[in-house]
Amino acid sequence: MTELGPEAQYRAFLAEGRFMIQKSRGSGAYVFYPRVAEPVTGARDLEWVAPSGAGTVYATTINRQRPEKGGDYNIAMIELEEGPRIMSKVTGMAPEEVKVGLRVAAYVGELDGAPAVLFQKAEDAA
Amino acid sequence: MNHALRGKAACVGVALTGMGEAPGRSAIDLMANAVLDALEDAGIPLADVDGVFAANAVHAMASMSLSEHLGIVPVISDNSNIGGSSFMQHALLAATALEAGLINVAVIAYGSTQRSAGGFRAVSEPLPYETQFKPRNPITSYALAASHYLDRFGVTREQMAQVPVAARAWANLNPQAFMYDKGPLTIEDVVAARMISDPLGKLDCCLVTDGGAAIVMTRADRAKDTRHSPVHLLGAGVAHNHRMISAMPDFAVTSAAISGARAYEMAGLTAADMDSVQLYDAFSINTLLFLEDLGFCEKGEAVRFIANGHIAPGGGLPVNTNGGGLSCVHPGMYGLFVMIEAISQIRATLDGAPQPRDEGGWVPDTKIALAHGNGGVLSAQVTTIWCAPETV
Repeated sequence: MTELGPEAQYRAFLAEGRFMIQKSRGSGAYVFYPRVAEPVTGARDLEWVAPSGAGTVYATTINRQRPEKGGDYNIAMIELEEGPRIMSKVTGMAPEEVKVGLRVAAYVGELDGAPAVLFQKAEDAA
Repeated sequence: MNHALRGKAACVGVALTGMGEAPGRSAIDLMANAVLDALEDAGIPLADVDGVFAANAVHAMASMSLSEHLGIVPVISDNSNIGGSSFMQHALLAATALEAGLINVAVIAYGSTQRSAGGFRAVSEPLPYETQFKPRNPITSYALAASHYLDRFGVTREQMAQVPVAARAWANLNPQAFMYDKGPLTIEDVVAARMISDPLGKLDCCLVTDGGAAIVMTRADRAKDTRHSPVHLLGAGVAHNHRMISAMPDFAVTSAAISGARAYEMAGLTAADMDSVQLYDAFSINTLLFLEDLGFCEKGEAVRFIANGHIAPGGGLPVNTNGGGLSCVHPGMYGLFVMIEAISQIRATLDGAPQPRDEGGWVPDTKIALAHGNGGVLSAQVTTIWCAPETV
């Protein structure tokens, strides 16, 4: 079987409903987005691990759009408990309610028919 | 000890063309005309050009297209594209090639007709881990950075609105500015404008215009024979940390902190030495971040620093004196216009007003000016410092 590159492997996990990130065996540092090596050190010792899914809204915006085009929607930058940040959106609440500092939890959902890492308010996830 | 490149190259010609709207013309028309105008300004024949630097959003190989159009067979042909700050890096590369003796006359050019062609044209490929969430880049990325910054430092949209208000006040003095005759702005105007991507409203965002620009650079020895006073490149520094906003190390600190330190080191100067400061203001948040990262004030303090019109006409520090990307011109990649404003302010001191401006538009005694470029999504930061010959 062909070994997949980091992006293809990430998407293969996602298609199975799993959100996986990378971790350097040497430094113990977590890496997202998926890469061939740990940035800065260049260490090619990255292994796949499941993050806790816990995160915090680091930045958030509302892309304003006319209702007939689909209306306003949230885009958020989530800082994972493990350190790296990921662009996503917070679902299950109005875009105006998504605030910097909000505790969120990851889940694998669907966006336009493709699997996506999405987030919801941490207290709703339990 | 002086850096080997410090002050060795100079800008001897500048040109702006098709500012605002250039219907019926193409990007190559604007680039080629700007180059010829800048050479005329310098008093250097086209045949002497041996270094060609160019970038835009429509030509994949801009320096090749431009050279073909003008019949130049360059010794150095460079399209390096790091977004809107490409041209500041071109200046550093041109100075390097000039000092090495590889070339004698460099031109740096840009042209865009995005406004006449129907609107903003992104230079970006889809970003693999972001596109799915439908960011409307570049604005979404800048809005994310702004949301983080405002929250972290307790800054309000009203305070940030001082940036576009000051930019407009400068534009109101500059007949070449797109918003010259559109009247002043108030804080209320900025805050009440249609929201595009929170916390950035329409007036927090740069213009979408056409525009072409070019500069000519030579070694300082040749610069003595040109038509106008040379404006020397005293220092330049490049830095970038990320391509995607999700990879930006700290949303409140740009790589300008690094590029600025590199440029100051080459120049042997600090922020306090700058008579005039031109910052790539694609969005209102840029000016705040760059004033801090380039050492004009402490982190998180920019809105207090710019209060009471400090960066507006008549204030303590002239910033974005052409009106900036917010109110003068922004054809997509604005960096060359930033650099030309810094150079022009110095030339106005040395040779008299290069273009008509209303009273106060040319800042008296400007001899050292900083031109800072920004590319991508707060990504590629390139700082240049220009000066009158006496400072070298």
